[in-house]
Amino acid sequence: MRVVRDTWLIFQQEAGLMVRNPVMVAFSLAQPITYLVLFAPFLKVVMVDRGASTYADAYRIYVPGLFVAMGLFGGLFAGYGLLSALRAGIIERCRVTPVSRTALLLGRALMHVCLNVVQAVVITLVALPFGLRVHLANLLVSYALLAVMVLLSTSISYDIALLVRNENSLGVLVNTVGQPISLLAGVLIPLVLAPMWIQRAALWNPFAWATDGMRALFAGQILQTVVWQGALIMTGLAAASLFWSSHLFNREVS
Amino acid sequence: MIEATGLRKSFRVGRGRGAGTVEAVRGVDFAVRRGEIVGFLGPNGAGKSTTLRMLATLLRPSGGAATIAGVDLLRSPAQVRHRIGFVAQASGTYDDSTARRDLILQARMHGRSKGVAQELAAAAIRAFQLDDFADRRIRTYSGGQRRRLDVALGVIHSPQVMFLDEPTAGLDPPSRARMWQEVRRLREDGMTIFLTTHYLDEADSLCDRVSIIDAGRIVAEGTPSALKREISGDVVAIDFAAADLADPAGGGLPAATKVLAEAPYVRGSEPVDGALRLYVDSAATAIPQIMRALYDRGIEPGAIETRRPSLDDVFLAKTGRSLEE
Ligand SMILES: Nc1ncnc2c1ncn2[C@@H]1O[C@H](COP(=O)(O)OP(=O)(O)OP(=O)(O)O)[C@@H](O)[C@H]1O
Ligand SMILES: [Mg+2]
Repeated sequence: MRVVRDTWLIFQQEAGLMVRNPVMVAFSLAQPITYLVLFAPFLKVVMVDRGASTYADAYRIYVPGLFVAMGLFGGLFAGYGLLSALRAGIIERCRVTPVSRTALLLGRALMHVCLNVVQAVVITLVALPFGLRVHLANLLVSYALLAVMVLLSTSISYDIALLVRNENSLGVLVNTVGQPISLLAGVLIPLVLAPMWIQRAALWNPFAWATDGMRALFAGQILQTVVWQGALIMTGLAAASLFWSSHLFNREVS
Repeated sequence: MIEATGLRKSFRVGRGRGAGTVEAVRGVDFAVRRGEIVGFLGPNGAGKSTTLRMLATLLRPSGGAATIAGVDLLRSPAQVRHRIGFVAQASGTYDDSTARRDLILQARMHGRSKGVAQELAAAAIRAFQLDDFADRRIRTYSGGQRRRLDVALGVIHSPQVMFLDEPTAGLDPPSRARMWQEVRRLREDGMTIFLTTHYLDEADSLCDRVSIIDAGRIVAEGTPSALKREISGDVVAIDFAAADLADPAGGGLPAATKVLAEAPYVRGSEPVDGALRLYVDSAATAIPQIMRALYDRGIEPGAIETRRPSLDDVFLAKTGRSLEE
């Protein structure tokens, strides 16, 4: 299939360019690792009444939250790359060729998915010496859930980028959208500690469902309903948002 | 190979009360035959890029029709893409990539297998003399090297029709001459070439035929020599810039314009950039008369120059403005 081949082609190109900038990749890991080392210990203190008596418990609660935060913001900033490719005329050069239009977006989005999953693997490895313990099968499922989540946040970022077409507005919007979503998903401190009205509001936040699913996986409860609920919500929204991005991407072009 | 009729494009701009439309291209007709090099010559904002981008399937025309290499542009843009190459006005390369990587990607986007793409890239690197820097980051290339890469990318799949948007803008004279050679070589390889330029000499020496475009309309069309023949006679240019700078009250240019515009031996006159351009039947007989008329009025001319008409004179005659300003 043309779409599959072309998506792979664009993915390879984008990933190849990313690998040529290893310093950038390393720096993007600095923040999550800082949180991992300096924030998780706080969590142990805060959660001590809720069953987090050891570091292992704290990391089992915090690492999935960190995955969601990274997946959310990593994806939300992907629009910058698209805008700079548009501005540099790269997209235009591709559009004159018979390459699949869908592939031009999907290949780029999948590069961000891949990058985020690799970062998640690094985070997992760093957390192991601190006492994180998680079942391999559950871990792999959580990576898959993360992948779908990144696809969603990336395509949301593409939607915004294609609508505003300007880096400054994109930055403002992404921060405005990202902050409440991440807080209302309980990525830093689990929602069980939140007042009731925040917990109710969080029911409307798809990323809160995904965070709960992710935490259930790390807690070894792969059969909990919230796991498949979170996955289903993420998948449905990612598909809808990608569909819309590709609509926005293709308008004004024959 | 290219046939366009009534091609139009208007853009909606602004929102709310400031909204309006920009008529970028107001209906252009032209035809390009197989193996020709045809140029669009026009000033900034004339609609050259917009026309090219419509033909290259990047913009949907607001009206009109076109066929390219026998394929209908509006009905089968995907088919058109197989047959054309396009080099945009601003280059579209990744700063962190290399010429070789981008060339391979380009060939692969045209559906070539990995092996074939590698061979095509190697051949393009040789043909466009990119060897010295093909594996260096593109951000380190000079303007001329970048432009050669742009053209190499556009032709990697040996298209039947090639669109070049200002292929030599911003290049120094040696690089421009080299680019002209490349373009002629492409034509020898069997491509039909449609380019835009705002350089007179480029239109003159590179193009078999030229369409002069201004404000979205084609105002003249033909071979460079036929276009210039329309302006029969000679051009006499009298420069007042230096004299008027020394004595701003002297007003040499307006005074001379008044005197000479009405003279019987002058067929037309236009002030351009501190100089007065006169169109006369023969410079040899007109110059003595011009000099006498100026001295009688006490007007001190600066340098006087005579030459054969250029495409700029054609443009001036059609639009009342000069391209060189
Ligand atoms: N996307 C757009 N939205 C609104 N107006 C546009 C757009 N693209 C072009 N225009 C307008 O259309 C007109 C023609 O532009 P175009 O780029 O075709 O000119 P050009 O002949 O290529 O000029 P140049 O020599 O400067 O490249 C200009 O007035 C320009 O401002
Ligand atoms: Mg232009």
